[in-house]
Amino acid sequence: MGKTKRELLRGFRHPETTMTIGVLAIQGDFDAHRKRLQELGAEVILVRKPEQLDQIDGLIIPGGESGAFLKILGALGIEKLKEFVLLKPTFGTCAGAIMLAKEITNPEQPGLGALDIRIRRNAYGRQIDSSIRTGRLGDSPLEMVFIRAPKIERVGAGVEVLATEGKDPVVVRQGKAMAATFHPELSDDTRVHRAFLELIGNGQPH
Amino acid sequence: MSQNNGSSTSLRLKTGLAEMLKGGVIMDVTNADQATIAEQAGAVAVMALERVPAQIRAEGGVARMASPKKIREIMAAVSIPVMAKCRIGHFAEAQILQELGVDYIDESEVLTPADEAHHVDKHGFKTPFVCGARNLGEALRRIAEGAAMIRTKGEAGTGDVVHAVKHIRQIVQEMKILTVLSEIATPADAALVMHLGAEAVFVGSGIFMKDSTTFAEPEEAARRARAIVRATTHYNDPKVLLEVSEDLTGAMKGLAVSALDEAHMLQTRGW
Repeated sequence: MGKTKRELLRGFRHPETTMTIGVLAIQGDFDAHRKRLQELGAEVILVRKPEQLDQIDGLIIPGGESGAFLKILGALGIEKLKEFVLLKPTFGTCAGAIMLAKEITNPEQPGLGALDIRIRRNAYGRQIDSSIRTGRLGDSPLEMVFIRAPKIERVGAGVEVLATEGKDPVVVRQGKAMAATFHPELSDDTRVHRAFLELIGNGQPH
Repeated sequence: MSQNNGSSTSLRLKTGLAEMLKGGVIMDVTNADQATIAEQAGAVAVMALERVPAQIRAEGGVARMASPKKIREIMAAVSIPVMAKCRIGHFAEAQILQELGVDYIDESEVLTPADEAHHVDKHGFKTPFVCGARNLGEALRRIAEGAAMIRTKGEAGTGDVVHAVKHIRQIVQEMKILTVLSEIATPADAALVMHLGAEAVFVGSGIFMKDSTTFAEPEEAARRARAIVRATTHYNDPKVLLEVSEDLTGAMKGLAVSALDEAHMLQTRGW
């Protein structure tokens, strides 16, 4: 797909400084995110320990099982992440989006509270209901891979919707936190990850 | 605007779920209570079974797909993916499991094979399949039939990791493209197969069994389950491995594979 003139002109603001991005690697499709970030020129640290959070400019929480994330992180890991999301940009996909939410249903579980949204786990059904759909990122079409995906059911006043599928918000941002209910790391299109890197570079995705 | 028609789309969704299971532990369970213990311990999926492999080995008889009622109870009890096994070549069992809505079907040598010449044609299913393999040839045959994930066969129900290690060495050496899982019994076993290239871990009889016929206490099972989950995440960190191993009072008694004769091996089922 051809880039718009605006995209070409924009580029990265600081090409001379390489960003170091952490990918939470306790479980899930962290390796798909690692590959994508490296393709885009970022240094990647696979984060398995709390102290690694101090070495990164931003964090991706990948797809996987959000309930398993919570169990493996434990109370200490969750506290550390809650502090991190206030300080630095964080992007969650699927299970990662669930982690970042304030309110989680089906079943109820705690979240990091970085995004004022209500998100429903496994909202489309089971694996047999997983699908690849075409949604919209801004004005243009975007392939979206939904796997046992959640749905954002409520969007708070301070939350910006960056992409939609049908009527559903599927990429949202609030302050330093950004979330996608699908898996941009499993498609060839790099725009969603580029938007996150720009959020780290400029503090704004646009 | 769903576009689920093409077979490449279907394969991307099937392997996509396998990606989500990476670095995680999939636990064999025989009822809803065990499934809940597994989920609480941080398992990424459960495998619904009528009997765990150690029981099947001890009790003998024909081992079949678990009863749909039992599988449904397990699906209702947990929010993580639920897998279930069908017999090798038994496409009717596989169709029932797909209709039931399980998230992954394991065409498994642990059950009694239904067809001595053919495995299930897995391309025709929307539900993804995982299959066992001992070597690259077997893995590639299963992939050609449409499997989306490969696990090493090991020797199920023994608690002996030696054949899982042998099989993973044979497969991973030559293949770096697909999620490979391996069956294990202890935290140290989990770390070992992860080092050797496993991308996720199956725990068969090792958590819920005291020996091949009696169940472990639920508290003991939960402790073992948590320890194996932590060991899988931190397989590279001996300090954590020591910590999680120290808390355990022992694993399932087990059966050394070297003491088994060929006729009693499950891994030679399938080809």
